[in-house]
Amino acid sequence: MEKLRYERPVIKRLETEMPNKFGSRIERTPKTHIDGVPVQDLIAKYGSPLFVISEKTIRSTYKKVKKAFTMRYPKVQFAWSYKTNYLDAVCNIYHQEGSWAEVVSGFEYDKAIKNGVSGKKIIFNGPDKTTEDLHKAIVNDSLIHIDHLDEFYTIVELSEKLGRRSRVAIRVNMDTGVYPIWDRFGFNYENGQAWDALNKIMASGKMDLVGLHCHIGTYMLSPSAYGVAARKLTDLALGLKRRYNHDVKYIDLGGGFPSRNTLKGAYLPGTDTTPSFEDFAEEISSALLNAEYPTDNLPLLILETGRALIDEAGYLLGTVISNKRSSTGKRTTIVDIGINLLFTSFWYDHKITPAQEFSQYTEETTIYGPLCMNIDVIRENVVLPLLNKGDQFVIHHVGAYNMSQWMQFINLRPKIVLIGMGDKVHVIRENETMEVFNSLEKIPEHLKRFDL
Amino acid sequence: MKIKKSIAVSASGLIFNPDTGESFTVNPMGAEIINYLKEDKSQQEIATHVIEKYNVDTSSFEKDYEDYIGLLSNYSLVEND
Repeated sequence: MEKLRYERPVIKRLETEMPNKFGSRIERTPKTHIDGVPVQDLIAKYGSPLFVISEKTIRSTYKKVKKAFTMRYPKVQFAWSYKTNYLDAVCNIYHQEGSWAEVVSGFEYDKAIKNGVSGKKIIFNGPDKTTEDLHKAIVNDSLIHIDHLDEFYTIVELSEKLGRRSRVAIRVNMDTGVYPIWDRFGFNYENGQAWDALNKIMASGKMDLVGLHCHIGTYMLSPSAYGVAARKLTDLALGLKRRYNHDVKYIDLGGGFPSRNTLKGAYLPGTDTTPSFEDFAEEISSALLNAEYPTDNLPLLILETGRALIDEAGYLLGTVISNKRSSTGKRTTIVDIGINLLFTSFWYDHKITPAQEFSQYTEETTIYGPLCMNIDVIRENVVLPLLNKGDQFVIHHVGAYNMSQWMQFINLRPKIVLIGMGDKVHVIRENETMEVFNSLEKIPEHLKRFDL
Repeated sequence: MKIKKSIAVSASGLIFNPDTGESFTVNPMGAEIINYLKEDKSQQEIATHVIEKYNVDTSSFEKDYEDYIGLLSNYSLVEND
């Protein structure tokens, strides 16, 4: 006779506490499949932990965001933010959808070139562009977004040396009503730095000023801030027209749209509080269309959205190692996913769902990772069904940053798989091995032997 | 280990302790163990019943049982032998 499914015994004291009209958030539905592929099979074949990316979700989200903007503004171009997730397979999905590349280092620039992106369709942002990087970018006719004056002077020198004009924009920082202001990048709008930089570029005679760029923050919950940013960049663009009779070809509003993750400390889940893409598109498009651009010469609107495009396409699968109780009797659960793999657990309360059927009984628990470090906490307090050792679970909305900011620490990093448009599973990054890790190390001759 | 005689256990898993006025809920496995304890079954006997009936190994059940008894004791629902 087949045995019944075991659930460990649990007792809960009934307490009358402060009423909470929203109730506690408990995941009622197990996540047993991702795009039709059983989670259990994925872990059995590729191991645990395992990052899983859904190509279907990437493409459908991209189309949804693109539609929100192109329905409202006629000239829109997306540029995939490499730092958000620079796995080649992921970048190429965005490039197939029509995205240019937005990079912030020589490493990312080379990745984009290697992926086959034309230099003309690479936007080079960031404060750390080496002379060698800028040389490549000028030769390839890339769009260089100048961050500071030292970079400006290097570009002038290189342009003279190479006898080539470079295509540039400046990054502008500004007060959009959201604080703190991100003023460490680019040139300030309010105090005149931005105009100084623009005048220098126009006077240099070595560069083509093709655009204006800003990136006002991250996880921005206020669409109106983008309207302010679009108006301020427009003010600069129209000022250039008046002063120099010069048209900029594009306005780049960067990224920063939020995903539907829940920020730590938030009372309501991100799914309820995040503005829609239509809200952002409406603000930005209205600001540009209501400005005094000639209707037959509207600037191209460039967006470098990263997080909002990919977060929901990423899952992290894991397994329960053990259940314990703390010194106060509180339930704690140790899992095989640490903060070295889930960097975003520092600022999100990630949604966690068991990967198998469970009963309605739940308990509050703290989810600890496997690292021998006290800070390795994935969720400080979460209500979950009664998980046992060996049970599997799914962490949702992990597509942004985790696969580029992850750290090799204590354990080797796991595989990443992509579920294609059917249900075919592709390994897009192998797990690290001791051999790969050790191949970078060198032991000096005198340290090769010891006696214990 | 015995459940205190005054403790009332309903069929749906609701527990009432008249000594303290506290109420508790238990899941079906928790209720089953309490019923075994009311029948004065030993830990060994309870483990044998559960392992025969459910998909669980001896060591996992032993760990969960001890954790559960610890909670019952903490809530003053059992009398120590």
